[in-house]
Amino acid sequence: MHSFGYRANALFTFAVTILGFMCALASFTDSFNSPSPSVQVQVLKVNWFQKQPNGNDEVSMTLNISADLQSLFTWNTKQVFVFLAAEYVTPKHVLNQISLWDAIIQEKENAKFTITTSNKYRFIDQGSNLRGKEFNLTLHWHVMPKTGKMLADKVVLPGYRLPAEYR
Amino acid sequence: MDCEGQKLAEQLMQIMLLSFAVIAIGAGYITASFQTMILTYAGGVVLTTLVTLPNWPFFNHHPLKWLDPSEAEKHPKPQPSVNVTAKKKFTSI
Repeated sequence: MHSFGYRANALFTFAVTILGFMCALASFTDSFNSPSPSVQVQVLKVNWFQKQPNGNDEVSMTLNISADLQSLFTWNTKQVFVFLAAEYVTPKHVLNQISLWDAIIQEKENAKFTITTSNKYRFIDQGSNLRGKEFNLTLHWHVMPKTGKMLADKVVLPGYRLPAEYR
Repeated sequence: MDCEGQKLAEQLMQIMLLSFAVIAIGAGYITASFQTMILTYAGGVVLTTLVTLPNWPFFNHHPLKWLDPSEAEKHPKPQPSVNVTAKKKFTSI
């Protein structure tokens, strides 16, 4: 307070410190939000199912994904990254996960959606294990806040099965 | 700015910034808009800057009373003594 520069420094430092506290508080209010998302996925059709020349199985399918993720959004949410992963067991690996489709949702209104699409990313196995394979489709989401810690969660949808023979 | 004014300016700055922070959090939470909170607070910071930073006249209501020039002449400043003889003795270590 003895000079202009002194006051400017004190004001600026105090203002930024308070801003830090405000952001921490905003992030804290997220803990009061209890999300209740709902998801349904149908495999409408297996488009084709082949063994590649290099020996790996590949399948292409059309999926119908219907989800309501609106309860994940708070005032402190910047965007939600959501992706659908297929999970299955092979003799060589206990867990195989492949991302089939993803999206970035930036507005709460867009978080309730139904989409019919073929898999965005290729479903290729490491090896030739997919005939008749039972797999889970898991929808993962990452809630990215404007300030604070990212939250990741998922819902597992079991009970899907691939065809027994190539087509 | 005088001494009283400095104290006033500092108090005013702290109170104003804290109040604007509280108002901003309230406004943002009610409208569920993070942007509202940030903009309200930014406006508050600018207003606080305008009020407390410049050397406004109302910060100078209790100016220091300097000695009157005519009084100062009657009591001249003592002169330093001419022989400055004190020399430090260095002992070698």
